[in-house]
Amino acid sequence: MRRVAITGAGTINALGHDVSTTTIAMREGRCGIGPLEIRDVERLQIRIGGQVRGWEPETHFNRQDIALFDRITQFTMFAARQAIAQSGLTFCDELSAQAGVVLGTAGGGVNTWDENYRAVYEEGKNRVHPFVVPKLMNSAAASHVSMEWNLRGPAFTVATACASSNHAMGLAFQMIRSGMARVMVTGGAEAMLCFGGIKAWEGLRVMSKDACRPFSANRNGMVQGEGAGIFVFEDWDHAVARGADILAEVAGFSMTSDAGDIVMPNQAGAERAISGALRDAGLAPEAVGYINAHGTGTAANDKTECAAVAHAFGAHADRLMISSTKAMHGHLIGGTGAVELLACLMALREGVIAPTIGYEEPDPECALDVVPNVARVAKVSAVLSNAFAFGGLNAVIALKRA
Amino acid sequence: MDTMMTTSIEARVIEIIAEQAVLDVSEVRPEMRLEELGIDSLGLVEAIFAIEESFDVTVPFNANEPEKNQFDMSTVASIVAAVEGLVAARK
Repeated sequence: MRRVAITGAGTINALGHDVSTTTIAMREGRCGIGPLEIRDVERLQIRIGGQVRGWEPETHFNRQDIALFDRITQFTMFAARQAIAQSGLTFCDELSAQAGVVLGTAGGGVNTWDENYRAVYEEGKNRVHPFVVPKLMNSAAASHVSMEWNLRGPAFTVATACASSNHAMGLAFQMIRSGMARVMVTGGAEAMLCFGGIKAWEGLRVMSKDACRPFSANRNGMVQGEGAGIFVFEDWDHAVARGADILAEVAGFSMTSDAGDIVMPNQAGAERAISGALRDAGLAPEAVGYINAHGTGTAANDKTECAAVAHAFGAHADRLMISSTKAMHGHLIGGTGAVELLACLMALREGVIAPTIGYEEPDPECALDVVPNVARVAKVSAVLSNAFAFGGLNAVIALKRA
Repeated sequence: MDTMMTTSIEARVIEIIAEQAVLDVSEVRPEMRLEELGIDSLGLVEAIFAIEESFDVTVPFNANEPEKNQFDMSTVASIVAAVEGLVAARK
């Protein structure tokens, strides 16, 4: 089996419009969540989110592109541009045919659905723009990435709710490891912060009206975010041969299904995914120094996740660090694992562990070292990134220091 | 509020709860707790939605902290009382 390197990273999210701004914000424990600025916000009960601020698509894309790019595609293209530029790769000839793209999103072009439903239902219009379908389809962003960078190998999008981007990155990893592809552009994105996107979540009554406080006893729900995280995964030998800067090694991946409940998490399913990722990576539990938690800030997720980690790691659970960066950038739903992988890269490369901000009260059911409120300097050589989605779909990735 | 109104609120709330519990309305008694009726957190959220739609009220409820919610949603009687209060406040 082949080894897999990460040779590029890009992002846009509530904390910043690139990787360095985002990781600086994570170091500083800055909160990107604030009052939502969207149409009809006054009709919402939930009025906060991790919104991307200062986004001007006109400065990054031409008019024809904007006509075809939903906000999620804009975010994806913008982040992919950063990641591919960092990798230094150009895709022509043979490499082009051996390179692909696999992305994760839960909702796809939600803003396009929202705007056009509004036009036909609320405003009574009987005509929509010809590009509504190519704009809203879940795989649009993957297609545009393939077209822009000439990636002619496998290209598709996976949807597993809040685990989408972890599943996508796991598949990209497996494809390179098996020799099926040489380079995969991967990660995920979400752009659901519009009236319909928030109204839908509001209905479930699991959203916080004030803040995301993962693992804190007084946590009262999740807060949505938006943006993209895109990475270049590359065959290790290929990266070494061309002298690329390797950001980290993707060492293992595991996915499991609870086969239980459509919304409630399950400790056993999460635990099997965690243990599976360790096994796949050939890592002893003691080798893991940091876990980027799913840590949504809901009552159910956080206690179930802590129990799963405690059980999977045994005594070592009390020695490792686990934090949720969602309190800073919000829950990016299908794109969340991708943005959170940046905290994993920061831990491995810079030796800085992103904090769980908003932490106010210890919860005996979340009695792990959650790196409360302030980032920590620590040398770690292996990390995990958890994602546990509605419907019991779990995906955990293991990274090692390059 | 007159007795007639109160009775109809109670009857409708029981109807909604019975539907969630997949029971006959005659099997739902005021002192019963939602757990003993087999209604989990998702069922409660669905029942609250049905109550809001039936009575045109908004029930502030966060599933993450059921104990901290303004209204006691633990028993059939307490839910009826909460809805009566919300309906009265709407007038």
